[in-house]
Amino acid sequence: MSYKPIRTLFELPTEENLAPGHRMCSGCGVTVGVRQILLAAPKDVIVVTATGCLEVSTVAYPYTAWRCPWVHVAFENAAAVASGIEAALKALERKGYGKRHPVIAFGGDGGTYDIGIQALSGALERGHRFLYVCYDNEAYMNTGIQRSGGTPYGTWTTTTPFGKVRPGKTEVKKNLMGIVVAHGIPYAATASISHWKDLMNKVRKALSCDGPSFIHLLTPCNRGWRFDPAQTIRIAKLAVETRYFPLYEVENGVYRITVPVPRPKPIEEFIKAQGRLRHLLRPEYADALATFKKQVEDYYSYVEMMTKATSSK
Amino acid sequence: MMVQKLALSGDEAIAYAVKQCDVDLVAAYPITPQTIIVEKISEFVANGEFDGEFIPVESEHSALSTCVGGSLTGARVFTATASQGLALMHEILYAASGLRTPIVMAIVNRALNSPLSIHNDHADMMGSRDCGWIQIYVENVQEAYDRIIFSFKLAEREDVLLPVTVNLDAFFLSHNVESVELIEDGVVKKFLGRPKRKYRLDPDEPYSFGAMAYPWNCFEFKYQQVVAMRNAYKAFDEVEDEFSKISGRKYGKLGKYWTDDADYLMFIMGSSAGTAKYAARLMRQEGLKVGVVSVKLYRPFPEKEILEVLEGKKGIAVMDRSISFGAPTPPLASDIRSVMFANDMKVPMMSFVYGMGGRDFSVQDARNIFEMLMKKDPSEYPKETIYYGVKA
Repeated sequence: MSYKPIRTLFELPTEENLAPGHRMCSGCGVTVGVRQILLAAPKDVIVVTATGCLEVSTVAYPYTAWRCPWVHVAFENAAAVASGIEAALKALERKGYGKRHPVIAFGGDGGTYDIGIQALSGALERGHRFLYVCYDNEAYMNTGIQRSGGTPYGTWTTTTPFGKVRPGKTEVKKNLMGIVVAHGIPYAATASISHWKDLMNKVRKALSCDGPSFIHLLTPCNRGWRFDPAQTIRIAKLAVETRYFPLYEVENGVYRITVPVPRPKPIEEFIKAQGRLRHLLRPEYADALATFKKQVEDYYSYVEMMTKATSSK
Repeated sequence: MMVQKLALSGDEAIAYAVKQCDVDLVAAYPITPQTIIVEKISEFVANGEFDGEFIPVESEHSALSTCVGGSLTGARVFTATASQGLALMHEILYAASGLRTPIVMAIVNRALNSPLSIHNDHADMMGSRDCGWIQIYVENVQEAYDRIIFSFKLAEREDVLLPVTVNLDAFFLSHNVESVELIEDGVVKKFLGRPKRKYRLDPDEPYSFGAMAYPWNCFEFKYQQVVAMRNAYKAFDEVEDEFSKISGRKYGKLGKYWTDDADYLMFIMGSSAGTAKYAARLMRQEGLKVGVVSVKLYRPFPEKEILEVLEGKKGIAVMDRSISFGAPTPPLASDIRSVMFANDMKVPMMSFVYGMGGRDFSVQDARNIFEMLMKKDPSEYPKETIYYGVKA
């Protein structure tokens, strides 16, 4: 894939497509991520956003924070709307009525893991040239912290409270990347807002594909994860350093860990920093803590195994 | 002008019209009895006869979502569905009209599950009648073809910018082969032109679409759709005049058949209007003063035209091919009764539900209904809807 990698902050454009003055929470991980992504993308990008935090907080009529063309239609269809834009522009360009532009769709974990998975799967299978970004804050934050398919095991949310018989969410975090990669698309990657250069270069790479690409971005949410808004980047970084959220990419089926973590920090550091997980450290939830740890280890091993298995490809 | 005549089914005729309309994007999902439309368009694509993009999406929800995205770029967009497919689109129907996307959609009207039926009634469109789309019903295959071309012209007017549904009856029209007169490609292209859209997804002049509105401005957005519907009502006749110039055909908001001197009228929609007209013709030969009103434009509702046609009538039968469960009357009967009441007009009326789930509506059935109108003293017409032909 040919793309121009970013090496220093000085290479970034000074004009941004997401203007200040939006209504996202202070310390919001999503905003940080979207800004980084748009700084890495060409200026003539068209953005589609699923219903969610990013949507309601950036376009409170009559205001808009978007300096690029932007559209929201519904919760579950960002990938379908993006498909339509991409295909229509392709036809318009062919007929001499218009010009193609890069298209990025943003959906939260609810809009991607759950209600939007069908539209996403369809769009990936059809091979539209667009980038889908799942900004994963691991619960339905816009409606008040309800669990999603992206919420990890043992997590407190308002629909998975911990109590006498339950430790929080009792199901595993869905392997979204596995589902996406199974479509055989040219490029898919995970990213964290704490690793800006890694994220931005993944965006550049993704947009250089002649086909669908996908970025799974971890975006800590201080409201839902229960931490001090000043700590967002630190938490995002801990997620990587504890191997909770491995950073890797899958290029034409080949896995590569882009930020290896040879000596991980103890997962307890990640857990104790957040109110949604801290209960796992109580003696009565010892079993749940063990399960949580095992799932984190299993997932990292899975990524390592896939890296090894596809290295000779 | 060379006139080409082809034997086409309703679905095929629609595909031909789409091909001629310089459509940029078709996104559709197959559902009986709409499938032939998408199959035919796919054939055109395979043979290089259609130069737009055809997106075979994974659901009707995505079909309409894809159309909305496509339409917002300024492209000309078409889709087609039926029944369950329209029900699955329901959420996005409102987004399409709210975002003012001039999409044209053919709906092959089919019953809604449950029980499962692939056959005709109007429950699908009537279930979404308040979605803010212009709604046109057709009587035959020629009309289905013509109305697609007509609808793009109407939808894309700057004072309208609303999506349009062209409704044709499952099987009775979708699969029935009739002789269709095609308009020349170049004539259609010139008729439609490429109206420039001021608001579209364009990096040179970026706008945000689909914002969040608060209680102090959401109402105003919705009111703009009310105004656009009123404009569509006015524009309808103008576009019909323009269309008649290229085709020699004009249908009107209402199709009126022997209505002027009639004492009794039947109001009906879709293909059964043809059946009713034939029954009326036979009865006219016997000197019976009956007439038929085919309601072709359902939204915006042709209030003025309905009032005019009702003037001086002794009795009317209003035929609905859908049920509004628990309501005083089904949709068309409710609309006509409401129009009469608001205008101090009281023509005695009987409301009928007929033909549900594809139950045949024969010439004899139409005749039976006229006879019920004529035999009963209008002051004694039943107030309750009659479920005509149901085996109770």
